[in-house]
Amino acid sequence: MSKKDRLSGNEAVAIAMRQINPDVMPAFPITPSTEIPQYFCDFVANGKVDTEFIPVESEHSAMSACIGASAAGARVVTATSSCGMAYMWEELHVAASDRLPIVMNLVNRALSGPININADHSDGMGAKDTGWIQFYAENCQEAYDNFIMAYPIAEDKRVHLPMMCCQDGFITSHAVENILLEDDEEVKKFVGEYEPEHYLLKDGEPMAVGPYSVTNYYFEARRAQDEAMSHVPEVAKEVQERFAKTFGRKYDFIEKYRMDDAKYAIVIMGSAAGTMKYYVDRLRDEGEKIGLIKIRMFRPFPAKDVAAALKDVKAVAIMDRAQSFSNAGGPLGVEVTNALFHARSQAQAMDYVYGLGGRDLLEEHARTIMDDLKDIAANGHDDYYRYLGVREA
Amino acid sequence: MADFISAKTINEESPWGELTEGLSIYEPGTSAAVMTGEWRTLTPTFVEEKCKQCLLCVPVCPDSAIPVVNKKRLDFDYDHCKGCGICVRSCPFDAITMEGLD
Repeated sequence: MSKKDRLSGNEAVAIAMRQINPDVMPAFPITPSTEIPQYFCDFVANGKVDTEFIPVESEHSAMSACIGASAAGARVVTATSSCGMAYMWEELHVAASDRLPIVMNLVNRALSGPININADHSDGMGAKDTGWIQFYAENCQEAYDNFIMAYPIAEDKRVHLPMMCCQDGFITSHAVENILLEDDEEVKKFVGEYEPEHYLLKDGEPMAVGPYSVTNYYFEARRAQDEAMSHVPEVAKEVQERFAKTFGRKYDFIEKYRMDDAKYAIVIMGSAAGTMKYYVDRLRDEGEKIGLIKIRMFRPFPAKDVAAALKDVKAVAIMDRAQSFSNAGGPLGVEVTNALFHARSQAQAMDYVYGLGGRDLLEEHARTIMDDLKDIAANGHDDYYRYLGVREA
Repeated sequence: MADFISAKTINEESPWGELTEGLSIYEPGTSAAVMTGEWRTLTPTFVEEKCKQCLLCVPVCPDSAIPVVNKKRLDFDYDHCKGCGICVRSCPFDAITMEGLD
């Protein structure tokens, strides 16, 4: 039986971690993810979990300890944000190339500098090419649900890759929302036991993890990693279907909102999807044929799903809560326009950089997008991206 | 991908789908199969007639490149000796020489 509660995203994720009862949690505090290991330490101290908590001296060490523990055969969890994850950079790649199904909650926060502790996606987007699976949550419920689905995806034999469950700093991590929590036993049953086939502590099978790989081998190992990533959609689909059957909440890699007869669309990720749905409703009330596509799974990128969902639109706005300094748009813009190009789409596409360093997405921004989309659908455009909500000179 | 891939079956022609996940190795001592002796620039020579079989050289070799059979050391395993010269220094009887070593 589901139980109604009111929780912040950090509390919800910490509860999911307690229910899963992983073997090892190395973690180092950084705002706004600090509460996750803090709540979890309470669970450890009160005997609610059997987890070995390792209070490491840095995030570099946190991810190193995750790798060691996971290679040893443990189910491993950690949480971090922003510069904390930046300090894990080297190890993120190692965790993926060693094919270790570590699960991390990334509470998205702007990267320094200038130093700022509020929400944007520059940390997650910076790690998009590390070989980790990435799911982004819109709200506390999704942050909780994504975390429960993470281990069955990451630990599947066809995958064996680490996974990042992302939620927006403060907006999702600290805001208290109504949420449905599932029974401890049901969650445990859903996630199941971790039974790795090869691990360092396996009796009778001496093993080497992460050996030096010369030029004759490195390329093949990376190719195999990409193949593992290509299995994520089939596995995640199975897990999402089992989740829907068990707990009643249905998820897909993308969520289509009021897209049925839409001529215009907004592609967005994270908590601002919820805000934007509200603005889409307002625009719909005024007769505008606009819909929204929320990206839940960013790595691997569901390019074909996105292109199919956009096949009937005249113009699309892609919302990037991160910069990439290419002078040609942000990371989500690149993914979506790539998907559109390969689908030979005729839609006009405009990328928008918004919400950096925790700046709010306002109704006037949605109205600017609506006006822009109608204009570029009629008249075309030669710019790749625009800014929303920045003070212009 | 096969469940168990032995190091012996992997070589530089192996396609990506026939290697282990993360290139992990599921058996011990596989470095013996890799001919690392080709890294060597200086080469030790075993002078058998001077050797007293004290075996001081054997444990100091970082690459286990001095084989011992029936409590007697044999000539060097040049497939794995890197020519570090530590054994030369350890020998009290000048039974190991190395040209080019200061």
